[in-house]
Amino acid sequence: MSRPRPSLGRWRLPVGAVIALVVAFLIILFGTLIGPEGTIQMTLGRGVQLAETQYINALTVGALYALVALGYTMVYGIIELINFAHGDVWMVGSFASWWVITSLGVSGPITDPVWLVIVLILAFSISMVATGVLGVIIERFAYRPLRNAPRLAPLITAIGVSYILENLIENLISDSIVTIPRPIPNTELNLGLFSIGSVNLFVIIMAVALMAALHLFINRTRLGRAMRSTAADRDAAQLMGVNINQTIAVTFFIGSALAGAAGVVQGLYLGYSQFQIGFYGGLRAFTAAVLGGIGNTTGAAIGGFVIGFLEVTCNVFGYGKWSEAFVFATLVLVLVFRPTGILGQQQGDRA
Amino acid sequence: MTDTRRQSPSGLRAVTGRIGSIAGHHQSLTILVGLALVGALLPLISAVPPFSGFGTQKDWVGGFADAGVFVLLAVGLNVVVGFAGLLDLGYAAFFAIGAYTYAYGASTFTGLQTPFWIMLVAGAVVAAVFGITLGAPTLRLRGDYLAIVTLGFGEIVPVVALNADTYTRGTNGIVGLAQPNAYGLFGITSFPITNPWPWYITVLGIIAIAFMILYRLEDSRLGRAWVAIREDELAAASMGINTISTKLLAFAIGASTSGLGGVFYAAKLGVVDPTQFHFDVSFTVLAMVVLGGMGNIWGVAVGAFVIFEIQHQGLKQLGAFIQSLNVPVFQVPVLGSVDLGGINFLKFQFLLYGLALVAMMLLRPEGLFPSRQRRHELHEVAEESEEAAEDTSEAVKGA
Repeated sequence: MSRPRPSLGRWRLPVGAVIALVVAFLIILFGTLIGPEGTIQMTLGRGVQLAETQYINALTVGALYALVALGYTMVYGIIELINFAHGDVWMVGSFASWWVITSLGVSGPITDPVWLVIVLILAFSISMVATGVLGVIIERFAYRPLRNAPRLAPLITAIGVSYILENLIENLISDSIVTIPRPIPNTELNLGLFSIGSVNLFVIIMAVALMAALHLFINRTRLGRAMRSTAADRDAAQLMGVNINQTIAVTFFIGSALAGAAGVVQGLYLGYSQFQIGFYGGLRAFTAAVLGGIGNTTGAAIGGFVIGFLEVTCNVFGYGKWSEAFVFATLVLVLVFRPTGILGQQQGDRA
Repeated sequence: MTDTRRQSPSGLRAVTGRIGSIAGHHQSLTILVGLALVGALLPLISAVPPFSGFGTQKDWVGGFADAGVFVLLAVGLNVVVGFAGLLDLGYAAFFAIGAYTYAYGASTFTGLQTPFWIMLVAGAVVAAVFGITLGAPTLRLRGDYLAIVTLGFGEIVPVVALNADTYTRGTNGIVGLAQPNAYGLFGITSFPITNPWPWYITVLGIIAIAFMILYRLEDSRLGRAWVAIREDELAAASMGINTISTKLLAFAIGASTSGLGGVFYAAKLGVVDPTQFHFDVSFTVLAMVVLGGMGNIWGVAVGAFVIFEIQHQGLKQLGAFIQSLNVPVFQVPVLGSVDLGGINFLKFQFLLYGLALVAMMLLRPEGLFPSRQRRHELHEVAEESEEAAEDTSEAVKGA
């Protein structure tokens, strides 16, 4: 099955993104003005200020989901498996970052910039390598033996692995919420037009940088080319000399490492983790991947931000309890009109 | 097939062949006899050591009645996933709809007291209607897009049940569901909570009816249409199969079986609340279908029974068993002392369940009892030559 790159016009994607961001801001602003907080007398200026904060939150949450969604979409793209264990890999990543940060003796914001950078680099690199290796191990033992089995067989092992990871963390580390110290001091940075929290800014920049790196890796390197060819046609790629097992292992490593980065981000931004976050959070991220068009990395990023906005929008309108239903309802609506997601290509028929 | 009857039965093989041929001719009778045998054997087995040591026979029979609910769910999902090849990850939604239907039809919450037996049909019908409603938007979707949308529906239903407090009493759930009434049959009026036998026999009866209907459907024009869609939707459509109504019927029939299970489960428990119907139920049922062998009704039922018993009895008993062994405390380098007897296996039940799922799939990716067709697809070469040999030997005998 061929998977051509989305052929968007040169400016359509950036222009579309800018329009979408503006529209999203207006919706959130509308929400803050008429939502439960806005029902008290509120000036437009105060409303804009509140909407701004929510907007930044939406971007940050969206970046988090996008990072996780990338892993789903990469694995799906290459072996057509819904990797239900991926959300739990993300959870393990957040616990790894908790371990790194607490064992470095960090208990709160760090003022010394050099030490802060060292802590962040250690947290990111150790968590990403740990989850990357975990992903490769999962692939090796739970998915590779089933590569030629019926399609649902690896799906069931994925569910099994998800139970295993959750239970191990629950019993060996903690069965309740752990608080992850936040090393980045939270200050409001005034950027002229608007102000943004330092953590939010860091998370967004980090996510965008990782996505850009992934994009370059897939499109510019030899291994990336091997990944694309394996995704397009595994047998043909093998005949052309691509080492399929190695390529799939690399895909799992990168996807899981991104989930590890998302785990660190979870700690930095939300400051907690729990053994169950992987399941529901993973589900949101998977929804994001499907919304954007599964198998398409740009789509996964877009989907992540869309889900972030939907959640925050629900909150500002005062329907936070319903955000789950709202997210899925949106997904259904999008798929009814675009059955392969926002950026998905019409696929050929397969049974 | 008159030939088989004329042959003189010689040896075990001829006897089993004869039983097979009778079974082939009288499917519904076979189902009744088979289920009656299973239904009679299970309580007997549970009364024999070592099983009798794990719990009283009453506990076991109550557990079997709950397992029956999951058998119903699994054979229903088997229609959607196994026959029609539509991956449905939100199957628990219809279970919930069946259960809430009963809660509305017969509880102190609404004040209605509709008899259980009528509610069984009503639950099936309501679930089928929802099956069609939720299935309709997914008709254009293929493969895993379908999976995620059904997963979404599967989550929306409990979210609605949780948040629409006025209609569902939210997290508290609806309590005080009426017990079924047997109208004096076997000396029972209202099904007692303490005695699991009436529940057990009722669920066996429901399963028998579901089996008979599903077996007939599988061999019908509709069943063949499902298989055709599963194998190649485009080809099926061009051969004149109405893919829309065929798929919707698969959703409706799958959902109605689940609705039956929901009504029974709600009545047995006496309570419905949203936490009973989350993803893990959908996933467990899917695991039952895949493990049992997709497309094979009996296989799926066995898969459901095995997984249910592993979850609810096996893991608990494993812990008790290891504790009873008095394993000495090991001294392991790095880890320190390891006390196997002191491990609380209940804490690790999901770990063991996950390991069991992975191990079973790795050992038998096609499921415990794959349907004939699927077995052929997987072991085409080996089995074809084997069967060819069998055919020739039978031909020789016949001559």
